[in-house]
Amino acid sequence: MTTTPDQKTGNTGRLGDRIFFGLSWAGGATILAVLAFVAAFLVIQSLPAIMPETFGIGAQETSSFWSYVWPLTVGTVIASVIALTLATPVAIGVALFISHYVPRRFATSIGYLIDLLAAIPSVVYGAWGMLVLAPAMVPIYRWLHENLGFIPLFAADPTVTTTGRTILTSGVVLAVMVLPIITALCREIFLQVPKLHEEAALGLGATRWEMIKMTVFPFARAGIISSIMLALGRALGETMAVTMVLSAGGFSWSLVTSGANATIPSEIALNFPEAFGQRQAELIAAGLMLFIITLIVNVIARYIVNTHAKKAEGLS
Amino acid sequence: MKFTRFYRGAVVGAIAAVSLAACSSDNADDGTAAAASGNLVGGGASSQEAAMTAWTDGVTEEHPELTVSYDPVGSGAGREGFIAGQYSFAGSDSAMDATEQEQACGDGSAFHVPSYISPVAVAFNLDGIDSLNLKPDTIAKIFAGEITSWDDAEIAEQNDDADLPDTDITVVHRSDESGTTENFTDYLNGAAGDVWTWDAAESFPDELTGESAQQTSGVVSLTSETDGAITYADASQIGGLSTVAVGVGDEYVEYSADAAAAAVETAEEDPESEGARILDRSTEQDGVYPIVMISYHIFCDQYQDEELAEQAKSFGKYVISEDGQAAAEESAGSAPISDTIREEGNERIDAITAG
Repeated sequence: MTTTPDQKTGNTGRLGDRIFFGLSWAGGATILAVLAFVAAFLVIQSLPAIMPETFGIGAQETSSFWSYVWPLTVGTVIASVIALTLATPVAIGVALFISHYVPRRFATSIGYLIDLLAAIPSVVYGAWGMLVLAPAMVPIYRWLHENLGFIPLFAADPTVTTTGRTILTSGVVLAVMVLPIITALCREIFLQVPKLHEEAALGLGATRWEMIKMTVFPFARAGIISSIMLALGRALGETMAVTMVLSAGGFSWSLVTSGANATIPSEIALNFPEAFGQRQAELIAAGLMLFIITLIVNVIARYIVNTHAKKAEGLS
Repeated sequence: MKFTRFYRGAVVGAIAAVSLAACSSDNADDGTAAAASGNLVGGGASSQEAAMTAWTDGVTEEHPELTVSYDPVGSGAGREGFIAGQYSFAGSDSAMDATEQEQACGDGSAFHVPSYISPVAVAFNLDGIDSLNLKPDTIAKIFAGEITSWDDAEIAEQNDDADLPDTDITVVHRSDESGTTENFTDYLNGAAGDVWTWDAAESFPDELTGESAQQTSGVVSLTSETDGAITYADASQIGGLSTVAVGVGDEYVEYSADAAAAAVETAEEDPESEGARILDRSTEQDGVYPIVMISYHIFCDQYQDEELAEQAKSFGKYVISEDGQAAAEESAGSAPISDTIREEGNERIDAITAG
């Protein structure tokens, strides 16, 4: 562990080691370089929108960037949170079902089916959401509004949707899209729980559910969180499906009103083709916001995973 | 060795081809200096895209040596490219502003030719109703969400014969920024300013919640699927939707090509941009349909060389000729421009010089 590169490449190093060291080093450096270039591009291109006064652009637009971007940011987060709230329990359930309940020979084929969901292009999800899901959700939204309308989330602002093209529908479509990501990762992790732990728990008289609670979940916690974060990244950045399903608008807490929310990726996709000058800078700046959110989310996820890993080490 | 020999042969061939090509183009320049030839490059409004296909084909038929290519990059980017010299002409849904005109065309100045007139229909989908009469104020109230049901007294008052259902009104607008939205909001602001207090803009006001979809095809299909929906869209693309006869003065005017062309003809000239027009949205003239989008071609009155000037002249004149307008009507459903507009345009295009 403490060998210096000199020692590796000098006396004791073999050719294969040196080549592998070079390749992996180059791989790591490329990733960082790409990330740095993307970040630099976003920052440089969005400067006119973030600091218009330095570019001699009218003061009336100074305050408007933040007021423009916050509803989009919140909308993006709302859609992703809905997606994860709906998808996570289902995905963990499906993964457990495959890893611990179904006989092995069915498990593989069910696993394939779930993986297939991940291979469907997002434009197909968008079309399904737009033509099938959205109209089908309208009665549900009306019911939610009539029975739970006192909660701001289900209040009419000012009317309940007639087409179902709301942020909640987008969230449901996103949930279906991220489901295979969480399921596939969790399944692999659940399968790696040491058999001895499980058998020990069963041997102590635990029921199957108690066994899962005692051995599988603690062992897999870090992995579950990683998979959710990966899914969150997918949900935050999803463009096509949301663009097709959502009637874009400003901002509202109501999830059952059409044209009340918008997300950053779909806003960019809708308006970028014909944007120029200041407007283009504004859209790229919105992209920068998304980049920053994703970065923050990933850092938090890393932190959680690391602390859990340390705890687990301490226990064993 | 074989490879080097092959390369040598290829290089010789390529040089020969280049020099031959150079010779032939020299000959063409010497022989027919006046006829337009070569490739004219323009870019701008995507609204003109369908018409532009017809025009680029048509102009090559008329001038076999001339080809025109057009990038549908959007009005703003088109004007920007025109100023930068990337495009020799621009297609734009709105006239250049003062700063842009200063920057464009070097020593010369830019001028506008109204070449594409596209009526915007207010279209709706309501079971059993084929046409409705609506005054501008009523249209504005519907789109602003103040009237929310089709059997509202204000709508019923203007449509004695119609048996209006109590369906909720669903307003559908464009989710992407669009010249159509700018045009429609400009109309609402101009004709019903008391109700519609928002300025004309490419995006629908954020404060209003309503359904939205991408592109003209998106809003039309969403409206067609939703009972009680109303939208605004390019009149040639509304498919089977019913249309609103718009209140002008005391009359109601259905959209028609003639009524749309009349709106442009009766519009005032824009004092700040040569050739551009300012539509009178609150007009009370008979037979004028006021919700019209004018898309311009922007040229310079002076081009750097004879060839470019000839290209611009030939193309510009073809587009506003009766043939050109008929071709656009067929392929894009636009309304042909009137003779007065044509004469004005021809006058300006004839004045293009090389310098």
